Amino acid sequence: MNTEILGVVLMYATVVALAIPLGRYIGKIFNYENTWLDKIFNPLDRLFFKLSGIDPSKEMNWKQHLAALLTTNAVWFVLSLFVLSNMSWLPLNPDKNPSMSWDLAFNTSVSFVSNTNLQHYSGETGLSYMGQLILMLWQFISAATGIAICAVVFNAMKERTTHELGNFYSYFVRACTRILLPIAFAGAVILVFNGTPMTFEGKDSLTTLEGAEQHISRGPAAAFVSIKQLGTNGGGYYGPNSSNPMENPNYLTNILETIFIFLIPIALVFAMGYVLKRRKLALMVYGVMTAGFLCLVIPAIYYEMNGNPAIAEMGIAQDMGSMEGKEVRFGSAASAYWAINTTSTSNGSVNAMHDSMTPLTGMFAMIGMMVNSFYGGVGVGFINFYIFIILAVFIGGLMVGRTPEFLGKKVEAKEVKIAMIIALLHPLMILGGTALASFLYAGNPEVYEGWLKNPGFHGFSEMLYEFSSSSANNGSGFEGLGDNTPFWNLATGLVMLLARYLPIIGPVAIAGILASKKFIPESAGTLKTDTSTFGILIFAVIAIVAALAFFPALTLGPLAEYFSLY
Amino acid sequence: MKNNLIPAIRLTLVCLVFFCGLYTLAVWAVAQLSPGQGKGLVITENGKNYHFNVGQSFTSDQYFWSRPSAVAYDAAASGGSNYGPTNPDHLAEVQQRINHFLEHNPSIDKSEIPSELVTASGSGLDPHISVQAALVQVKRIARARGLTENSLLQLVEKHTEKPLLGLFGTERINVLKLNLGLDKL
Repeated sequence: MNTEILGVVLMYATVVALAIPLGRYIGKIFNYENTWLDKIFNPLDRLFFKLSGIDPSKEMNWKQHLAALLTTNAVWFVLSLFVLSNMSWLPLNPDKNPSMSWDLAFNTSVSFVSNTNLQHYSGETGLSYMGQLILMLWQFISAATGIAICAVVFNAMKERTTHELGNFYSYFVRACTRILLPIAFAGAVILVFNGTPMTFEGKDSLTTLEGAEQHISRGPAAAFVSIKQLGTNGGGYYGPNSSNPMENPNYLTNILETIFIFLIPIALVFAMGYVLKRRKLALMVYGVMTAGFLCLVIPAIYYEMNGNPAIAEMGIAQDMGSMEGKEVRFGSAASAYWAINTTSTSNGSVNAMHDSMTPLTGMFAMIGMMVNSFYGGVGVGFINFYIFIILAVFIGGLMVGRTPEFLGKKVEAKEVKIAMIIALLHPLMILGGTALASFLYAGNPEVYEGWLKNPGFHGFSEMLYEFSSSSANNGSGFEGLGDNTPFWNLATGLVMLLARYLPIIGPVAIAGILASKKFIPESAGTLKTDTSTFGILIFAVIAIVAALAFFPALTLGPLAEYFSLY
Repeated sequence: MKNNLIPAIRLTLVCLVFFCGLYTLAVWAVAQLSPGQGKGLVITENGKNYHFNVGQSFTSDQYFWSRPSAVAYDAAASGGSNYGPTNPDHLAEVQQRINHFLEHNPSIDKSEIPSELVTASGSGLDPHISVQAALVQVKRIARARGLTENSLLQLVEKHTEKPLLGLFGTERINVLKLNLGLDKL
């Protein structure tokens, strides 16, 4: 078998093999069961709570959880704004990089606090080491925020009637110290030993073999890269992210970094099965997510490995596939595989330039972000999927003429209304934003000339991709877009803000309301939700919502480009 | 909100100390044990240092060429071209690179040129080329340096890096190492 394909198979098999035991471990953490790491982490957690003045045993209802989440995130945003606007005089700036403009600092702060990591700057020139490290902090704790709130939803799904859903800070600290920290540290060590820089010295200068001068940006990259992959953050240390040979030096590190993208999102599905003691339900969710992922990734790999027809026409060989924007050490299969990994979760790191991929691969990447729950971001991926479960329960209930119930709780008008608003918010922001940008561009192409690097259909795709990425809290881009302008900084900043917090508030509200309802034991009249039939129903709901909302826009961009090329 | 603000600030500071400070220092400390001490992977030849996992530009006839770069191999501002697959500027640029290659390698047929040799990488710093990309340059270098093709073919084979464990990923050649080897022939 082709070694490139074999590499992809290895990556998927390994991540699932690791995610199953990790899911069990995460389940134990959220259930407050003993694990073998308690000896280290119990005292560490106590230290965190003591220094923060927090009582981790205080139970919170769903509104208190949200208040705690929003307050911490607001504090981070303010601190981030301050650091990014003052980097030039703050310490750890050996390359003398400047501070950010106000609109860029706003965009970058929202971007990292919201776990998006959309980057309108380039790491080598746009950040000091202080700036990089503060962004790394958000990569840890924004990921922990997602995991913590996911734990709240798991807790609310248990079979009982209650308002008390655990303590937000406790889940948050446990996610930080017991899940993210050890895995990120192990990953960083592997990266360092494969050549990823980890130094506080500035640029290195050398003369190349042909006699040219070359400057090499360095810094504390390994620590940063590991957590950016693990926490579905995705913001690169260097401008071109993990395509840069220092950020991702060889095929082994590429395997590691690819595995880190999926590891926690898949593990959380199994963790849900463990927490609720509903293995079948977890398998159903995993099955639906995997089916969706495979529908995107298989054709993407096929098209990238087959190359660009416009280049084939020139009469040269394309044995490696479409290589513009890709690295020889990864090849097109591993690049296409990463592209769909990173967009179907909300990671957004890249190891090849998405803008240069063949039209349909670009479209599959966009669909991954438009659905945003084929595994999805850490924590938030599952709660996006939860919305689709609620909608499927409602539709299924109507179809068979029974009261819609999910895990022994009646799903009523209020919950369905919230679910519908959240499900429609995402298309609204993507399509509304793209429509606004297209309107501006079409009305005044000279003024906005710098926006689009590519003409025609592909130019439209660049704008559609940018808003999809912002609204999915993804952070990857069709980077030909000239996006460091006040319009793009503010528009995508607002979209990221709304698209992070509303889809957290909605599902937590639904889960909280359902948790406080009377528990009705399963009977013969219950619509079973852990069957493959129900899985197909969820898949159909996802496909119909995505198709109805996005098909017209995709027709104008990647599909039109496809038909002009093939 | 008010009840949450003070704990939120204190928790943020604690996280700052642990995840920015201690985590970073721990990784940095481990880096001191690693090859290159976290400062990059360097090889020394004739008293000169080179980062061998960062690509360099090679354009003269005496060396194996590296891939085109959208940033001229500037490792302080790396990046790709971000040209879409149908962009006419991009296609014209690729055509021009093909013509340039054929001019310098007249004995090569167009259909032998692998696309990675005329397309820019994602980082603009790709240190590798494919085996085919090295082989199509052998005739030119043999003539320019007065070496036999056979010795060059051996050199290419010696520098070919197999897929991981022989099973996973691509076969590739580090252009810098290949050219350093070439200088020793």
